[in-house]
Amino acid sequence: MNNTFQAPTIEYGQLAPLLLVFGAAVVGVLIEAFAPRYLRKSFQVPLTFVSLLGAFALILVQVFVSGVPTAPAAMGAVAVDGPSLFIWGVILILAAVSVLLITDDDHFVPQAAAVPGSAEEDDALAEGAAHTEVYPLVLFAVGGMLLFAASNDLLMMFVALEVMSLPLYLLCGLARRRRLLSQEASVKYFLLGAFSSGFFLYGMALIYGFAGTVDLAGISRALGTVSGQDPLLLIGTALLGVGLLFKIGAAPFQAWKPDVYQGAPTPITALMASGTLVAAFGALLRVFWVALGNLDWDWRPVMWGVAILTMVLGAILAITQTDIKRMLAYSSIAHAGFLLVGVIATGDARQNADALSGILFYLLVYGITTVGAFAVVTVVRDAGGEAGHLSRWAGLGKRAPALAGVFAFFLLAFAGIPLTSGFFGKYAVFAAAATGGALPLVIVGVVSSAVAAFFYVRVIVLMFFSEPAADGPTIAVPSMGTAAVVTVAAAATVVLGVFPEPVLRLADQAASTLFIR
Amino acid sequence: MGGYFGSYALVVALFAIGVAVVAGALFLNRMLRPTRLTPDKLLTYECGVDPVGEGWAQSQVRYYVFTYLYVVFAVDAVFLFPWATVYAAPGFGMTTLVEMFLFLGFIALGIVYAWRKRVLAWT
Repeated sequence: MNNTFQAPTIEYGQLAPLLLVFGAAVVGVLIEAFAPRYLRKSFQVPLTFVSLLGAFALILVQVFVSGVPTAPAAMGAVAVDGPSLFIWGVILILAAVSVLLITDDDHFVPQAAAVPGSAEEDDALAEGAAHTEVYPLVLFAVGGMLLFAASNDLLMMFVALEVMSLPLYLLCGLARRRRLLSQEASVKYFLLGAFSSGFFLYGMALIYGFAGTVDLAGISRALGTVSGQDPLLLIGTALLGVGLLFKIGAAPFQAWKPDVYQGAPTPITALMASGTLVAAFGALLRVFWVALGNLDWDWRPVMWGVAILTMVLGAILAITQTDIKRMLAYSSIAHAGFLLVGVIATGDARQNADALSGILFYLLVYGITTVGAFAVVTVVRDAGGEAGHLSRWAGLGKRAPALAGVFAFFLLAFAGIPLTSGFFGKYAVFAAAATGGALPLVIVGVVSSAVAAFFYVRVIVLMFFSEPAADGPTIAVPSMGTAAVVTVAAAATVVLGVFPEPVLRLADQAASTLFIR
Repeated sequence: MGGYFGSYALVVALFAIGVAVVAGALFLNRMLRPTRLTPDKLLTYECGVDPVGEGWAQSQVRYYVFTYLYVVFAVDAVFLFPWATVYAAPGFGMTTLVEMFLFLGFIALGIVYAWRKRVLAWT
């Protein structure tokens, strides 16, 4: 028996934002268990906001009072470094904004267990039941996202991946309208997600077989010392890559994205399209830069292929879409491709810091604009729920000029038109890639941006230059939360497009230390 | 076939032998027995009772509560057993005991939730 047991040292101060979010989620479960039904929402909503904003405040304290840590926390399991803190901040802001959308009960099913179209469902509707479990589930998912982006060993990363994904699988199935579509999306996401987790886990096992450790820094060291076991390393790298690329929705692992984005309740789609993407890029960067950074000779060609395929496929397939949420899903695939260009742009430390800073800025601006766009989607309604089909959006500019104007602005930001935040995001990533010797990729990126601009502009033309249909969709009076989301997102898109300097500098500073090992 | 992966040759050989034994036994049976099929013999064997319905049956979602409770208790047990073998050894002491009960407290939240949602009531 090993009697020299050493108690681990845990830096609770550095992990405080994580612990706060998880703690609030646990308290949320207790509220579900003990509070009477009519009071639950009035407990859950403040708790969720306080924990998300409190965690954000804790990050500010960490950065400005204690300083950015220079060593991994919790015995090397979690790395709270500059990029992590920036990504945490981004995720928490995006989550808080998405929760503003989620507070609108109208999007969620009153009783998930009732069979769609049954008498039970009608009873639940009449009774005014609601699943306030949504809030703790969102908090668990957000906590998982935070941990996923900051985990410094593969085991922690896998736990975080599951903590992040499992609540999202559930949340996807809770749409109030078109419930079969929503449940189908949930099951699809679950099955494919479980499959990709399997890939990740098996890749992890093979890497462990190669390096004898799951620690990212340890794997990096083993690359230089272990020899003669390249098959284990290469197969393991490929499998890990499949697991991670699935989560960001890169081609050829993008098939789930349109179905899930379309079926899930729109506020949850907003959370997934922004928060999950940010977290998954954090984890992808950490695995491929920290652990496998010295193996870039082997993974770079594959990543080139994946990036090109993702950009081209996303941009081209988006053109053929007739549903607004599916179109945004394919646009999200294309944007994942643009971000992958930054992942490939590695070189010396200076070059890495530039690429990382570009990616961080891009993630922030893309996330905010995405949440705003989905918020607009929630208020354009038909009798059966949201007006998904693009033909229903014809002439919206004449009936609701302000709303259509804001949406057009978001679409222009996606397209990367100058004076919107999207332009600087794309510019930062592509500039870093061009100096990093990935010029052909940048050219593909710019061309597919142009292709993507076509379908964004097509929606704008449809909204402003078509005659409105006689029985066109109604514009629901947005709830306070939704109005706030649209305002915040539009303001952020303008400000970051006209005056991006402070945030760019912040991203630069966060990236300058690179990932700690 | 040497070096690291060579040491797996034994595993491959074992698999091959396993496949050979099973396939051989089935093949031998097939060769020795007479084959006279009737519709009755082609029915799916279901404990000697005539099969009912189709193979593709849906199970009730409400059985999830049993899975849920099983997971709560199984996770307890998985971590309790290794802990129980060491916690009394010198060098572990009070901290180990307290930590385990903290962990059990978190797991117990699951049971509290189930209890409040009337999963444990007999209906």
